[in-house]
Amino acid sequence: MKQLTINGSEYNLDIPDDMPLLWVLRDVLGMTGTKYGCGIAQCGACTVHLDGVAVRSCQTTVDAVDGQKITTIEGIGDTAVGAKVQAAWLEKEVVQCGYCQSGQIMSAAALLSENSRPSDTDIDDAMAGNICRCGTYVRIREAIHSISL
Amino acid sequence: MIENLQSRRAFLKGTALATAGLVLAVQLPGSLRRAAAAASDGSPIFVPNAFVKVDLEGITLIMPHTEVGQGIYTSSAMLMAEELEVELDQVRVEAAPPDRSKYMDPILHDQATGGSSSTRSDWMRLRQAGAAARVMLIGAAAERWGVKPEECRVEKGVINHDATNRALRYVEVAADAAGRPVPEDVPLKDPAHFRLIGTKAKRIDTPSKVNGSQIYGIDVRLPGMKFATLVMAPVKGGKIASFDEEAARTVRGVRDVVTAGDEAIAVIADHMWAAKQGIDALKLEWDGGANASVSTETIVLAMQEASLKQGVVIRDQNGAEEAITRAKTKLDAIYHSPFLSHSALEPLNCTIHIENDRAEIWVGTQVPVRAQKAVAEATGLAPENVTVNNQLMGGAFGRRLDIDSIEIAARLLKDIRYPVKLVWTREQDMTHDFYRPYYYDRVAAGLDASGRLIGRTHRVTGSSVFARWAPGAFINGVDPDAVDCAAETPYDEDAVLADYVRQEPDGVTTSWWRGVGATHNVFVIESFVDEMAHATGQDPLEFRQRMLRKNPRALAVLNLAAEKAGWHESLPKGRGRGISLQFAFESYLAHILEIEMLPSKQVKLLRSVIAVDCGITINPDTVRAQMEGGVIFGLGSAMFNEITITNGAVDQTNFDTYRILRINEAPKIEVYQINNGEKPGGVGEAATAGAAAALANAIFSATGRRVRSLPLAQAGA
Repeated sequence: MKQLTINGSEYNLDIPDDMPLLWVLRDVLGMTGTKYGCGIAQCGACTVHLDGVAVRSCQTTVDAVDGQKITTIEGIGDTAVGAKVQAAWLEKEVVQCGYCQSGQIMSAAALLSENSRPSDTDIDDAMAGNICRCGTYVRIREAIHSISL
Repeated sequence: MIENLQSRRAFLKGTALATAGLVLAVQLPGSLRRAAAAASDGSPIFVPNAFVKVDLEGITLIMPHTEVGQGIYTSSAMLMAEELEVELDQVRVEAAPPDRSKYMDPILHDQATGGSSSTRSDWMRLRQAGAAARVMLIGAAAERWGVKPEECRVEKGVINHDATNRALRYVEVAADAAGRPVPEDVPLKDPAHFRLIGTKAKRIDTPSKVNGSQIYGIDVRLPGMKFATLVMAPVKGGKIASFDEEAARTVRGVRDVVTAGDEAIAVIADHMWAAKQGIDALKLEWDGGANASVSTETIVLAMQEASLKQGVVIRDQNGAEEAITRAKTKLDAIYHSPFLSHSALEPLNCTIHIENDRAEIWVGTQVPVRAQKAVAEATGLAPENVTVNNQLMGGAFGRRLDIDSIEIAARLLKDIRYPVKLVWTREQDMTHDFYRPYYYDRVAAGLDASGRLIGRTHRVTGSSVFARWAPGAFINGVDPDAVDCAAETPYDEDAVLADYVRQEPDGVTTSWWRGVGATHNVFVIESFVDEMAHATGQDPLEFRQRMLRKNPRALAVLNLAAEKAGWHESLPKGRGRGISLQFAFESYLAHILEIEMLPSKQVKLLRSVIAVDCGITINPDTVRAQMEGGVIFGLGSAMFNEITITNGAVDQTNFDTYRILRINEAPKIEVYQINNGEKPGGVGEAATAGAAAALANAIFSATGRRVRSLPLAQAGA
């Protein structure tokens, strides 16, 4: 049995040690806000937080989580930073198809938690791992800059 | 608010509605009790046409087009709400069921979403639908009050009779309105009185997309559902040689192994991870078949040969070949546009539940009627026994205009009686795409001593998507898409010869890709126009302006972009600006891109300036978003993307080998809109179409090197 703490709740799950967190979230727990895009940590759609740090859940096996607190897009709105990121995303009308935006918001929330006034270069560094096929990058940048913490 | 039609229907058929009706009946005035009674059998109260429904839950737009991220749910709801006199937040949107007779796109001649046609198609019919409903609802209220309809006014879905200070909500008169004749030719609003059209209304589909609650096709969950993934023949037409089913079945969590003929195999399991491990355990071996020796080189060679033949003539005006012989300056060139993958970020997927006499699917599709037919044919069921629950899509870009994935899902799962969600891995999605065709273009031009274009020829060689996708539109060997924007340009031209040679690539299926024919031809035409200007020592802006004296709308967007981009301001060494101008999807667009050549010889995209005239704008912020996204989509592909074939199989398998433009590589983008009273043009694909030429022309401006083959990586840039 694996014990995972996700968005403040504890789960005891009978799952293989080498199972990526992505599929635990999506298929075992039905938390489908975390998306599958590539499976090789190239697109960032599956980004979640481990103790506040953005990681790719497709490359994070459950045995590597090791007691760390997992936060997903379903829970990020309960944090002050996450709620502001979500609000800014709507205010700036960032979203098109929306499929990548869970991951974008998780990466942005992690960035802003560490750095409340990121420069363009900081944004490039933190967000370049998240592909948006609809091309919403201009507005992602605008939305991050608009957030005051 | 967006609801899934089928799940709501299922809900309504249950006991919930009767209960709700009862509760409402004791709490609400008599007129609403009547409405509730009328709806007690679960049917809507008032459905005056295919698009509008009023019931106890409110006002619903039955949406003929699908939402792939382009914002059409919001724009189309604005059209209906404008005439119905309701606010946008009073409108729910439901995906239309498959029904071509009601929901056919009049431009595409199918129930389909593509070709940047949605606003053009909905512009009249959704306003008319809203207006007709409004007239019937007012008529019902007026009759109840014994007053003239023209004495009533509507605001936010409430009918008012100011003289007697009476008011009724739409839902309260809906049952009466249902009995009234449907009016024809209701006059539409004067645009001067628009409340919603032209405003930056907030999108209705996005709140659920920032908190993880939006369900896309890939997120569907059903009771008892299992998860599956598949592998298809790496070479088109190839067959399974051998596999170890028992090994797959020993993987923990694996439930079933199924095949579709000998061309595809899927493993069904408790979750995707087990299904993927099951696939690995199969140790699949394949026979490549007839296409195993195909490569990009063999395909391009065949095109090159085909391009030497006379094609089907599309436009032959004033003897272009003869005019070129008289020219002072003669140019000719060959342009290459590669195969491209759609790579929507949501991989292909399809959830199916087949029972003995019926099937139900949950999928994001741009073509619900085709989806229904595909499942019917694969399962042997009648189409009316196949329910299609259309889902919002995590991008499509043309990929979901084809139903190959739905068909293979139904064939794989036709004997399974529990619900299964079949999800493509990124690798299977990318290597089994239906690709943007490879095109091979021969162009020539002649200019006189004054530098005026006096003759131009253009031979397009490549696949015909129409011939496969809509054979009825492939008439006399002409694919209207393959030559779109090649035969006709925005410019005033004396002599033009354009012809088309159909050459289908071995081992590759081609399809629609964002910007379709325009994306390929605007690259060729606008690059070549730039070549003409430089060959005759003319400024590329002024050369274009001279040819636009009869095309004021094209000239206006060009001038606006040039002014905003500061075209005549000098640039530091190593920088360049490139222009692209087009008329496509009934919109005019000029794009001026500024780039810098880095010392590493890499291109840095600095600034895109877009001027667009798409006629009347429904939601200017959505237009801007489509320009921004379209530019990124087009520039990224022009910079990095090509699908290549080796030994019959696709070489690119994931985003490590098919590079998508990222935030640190994206330019600043400025969008300027010309607002006028012209009818709406399409915007979803327009900015993609103009991107590659602007980039190629900017590189020439910076380096003096002409890019005639995409992507730039292949051109050595």
